[in-house]
Amino acid sequence: MSLQHSDVEKIARLAHLALNGDEADAYATELSGILDLVAQMERADTTGVTPMAHPLDMPQRLRPDEVTEGDRRDFYQAIAPATERGLYLVPKVID
Amino acid sequence: MQWETVIGLEIHTQLLTRSKIFSGAPTAFGAEPNTQACPVDLGMPGVLPVLNRRAVELAVRFGTAIGAEIARRSVFARKNYFYPDLPKGYQISQYELPVVGRGAVEISLEDGSTKTIGVTRAHLEEDAGKSLHEDFQGMTGIDLNRAGTPLLEIVSEPDMRSPAEAVAYARKIHQLVRYIGISDGNMQEGSFRMDANVSVRPRGQHALGTRTELKNLNSFRFLEKALAFEVERQVEVIESGGAVVQETRLYDADRDETRPMRGKEEANDYRYFPDPDLLPLEIDTAFIAAATRDLPELPDARRRRFVSQYGLKDHDAGVLTASRELADFFEEVTEVCGEARLAATWVMGDLAAALNRTALEIQGSPVDAAMLGGLLQRILDETLSGKIAKQVFEAMWAGEGTADEIIQARGLKQISDSAELEAIVDEVIAANPKQVEQFRAGKEKLLGFFVGQVMKATRGQANPKQVNALLRKRLQG
Repeated sequence: MSLQHSDVEKIARLAHLALNGDEADAYATELSGILDLVAQMERADTTGVTPMAHPLDMPQRLRPDEVTEGDRRDFYQAIAPATERGLYLVPKVID
Repeated sequence: MQWETVIGLEIHTQLLTRSKIFSGAPTAFGAEPNTQACPVDLGMPGVLPVLNRRAVELAVRFGTAIGAEIARRSVFARKNYFYPDLPKGYQISQYELPVVGRGAVEISLEDGSTKTIGVTRAHLEEDAGKSLHEDFQGMTGIDLNRAGTPLLEIVSEPDMRSPAEAVAYARKIHQLVRYIGISDGNMQEGSFRMDANVSVRPRGQHALGTRTELKNLNSFRFLEKALAFEVERQVEVIESGGAVVQETRLYDADRDETRPMRGKEEANDYRYFPDPDLLPLEIDTAFIAAATRDLPELPDARRRRFVSQYGLKDHDAGVLTASRELADFFEEVTEVCGEARLAATWVMGDLAAALNRTALEIQGSPVDAAMLGGLLQRILDETLSGKIAKQVFEAMWAGEGTADEIIQARGLKQISDSAELEAIVDEVIAANPKQVEQFRAGKEKLLGFFVGQVMKATRGQANPKQVNALLRKRLQG
């Protein structure tokens, strides 16, 4: 399976990555290689095999519904580039 | 051309937990911005989500209540998109293997019939934070208190055929989640949010038309209005030769219209994949039994019981089981006074009117069930006439005490002493010789006049049944 230049551009856009034209072509080749490997694996007979959701063969541990985290806003916001009235400020987004 | 409307709903209901779905931060509403957001909610590097047991239990309760299969094994997935109120760059949700499978609820329609609406699935997920677009030096403010709040997303089948059916279904789910105690259903606080998928097709056609998704429907009224607008819009587009575009539209309540949404929904390519930070969720029979052990009688079953046990009309049973609190109240009043239909009349009548007038919920009623039951006892033992009882009710509402205290303090006891009544009846007869003559000549309806005179003389406190009997006896004698 081979990815087109435009496929890579779409993936990059969804991932918010800026690529230049040369990079897009390079990634198209590299990612196609990965997909080829997947295609090769897909040829294996997996009849009767349950798809694996996680490599660890154990169920999710559950925690009790208890509040264990107090308010440490000032500490967490110390590394934020901009805050105001307790809010994190980010470049304007249009809803 | 006749058009048929097809609607499916996605309802996000906030689960009643103390802490978040994957972290130990609190979920209380209304806190100062970002004081309830811990490193897991903030998407800090190196943190790991740990699933809240209670959230799973509440999802299992819902699934059981709608007769759905509970998945013995379900998987959390990442839904990827970029938005500043989603710090990780993905929302943890469930995709291919949700915790609750196919179920159904029954809705009552206006013509008295019922209809079954399928629930496709319900899955656990985390909420995002909140973006505040007011001007912060040209920037957007982000509050992550809500990030990581547990949600159950309930997805319906496209089984609804009108905005009214969609509202009936949404109300049913709203009633149910509150009944079984998994959500407070508070719409103002965003605990119950609805999105609708809607399309139209020529009547008789099997294939579905192109749908649009409506967002921002935060009340039942807006849901109905937005759907009505959108159905009309789609029909107009098609009838004027155009085609409906599959898109997300926002409802603008001020203008009562829907319009296309820009921004984050455009890409609509979420690249779901199983979240490697979370192991598969396994639920066994013992877990389901523990989670559903204290499930209350469900509203539909209770409604049917009210009809069979108390002899109520189905409509009245529906009104009285609208919320668990109201149904409990009614049953307590019935227990105290022993007369279900009288209890139903008062709960749906004077009590409902008073609650309405003062914008109170049943939980906040100044007249509690024991007090109302006590009042009805005094009607049943003929201490009070229905009319005086209404005055006593108003006095109880105003905080003057129990029915017995008010009857005592105001001297409202109904006159049932026959000697006393006989004397008053005789006075009335003696004072109105002309009417007596007419009555005896066959003008039977004058009886009402005499009853009125006796009531006037006793300030309404005479027992009407006794007055009627006495008057007939005396007048005919």
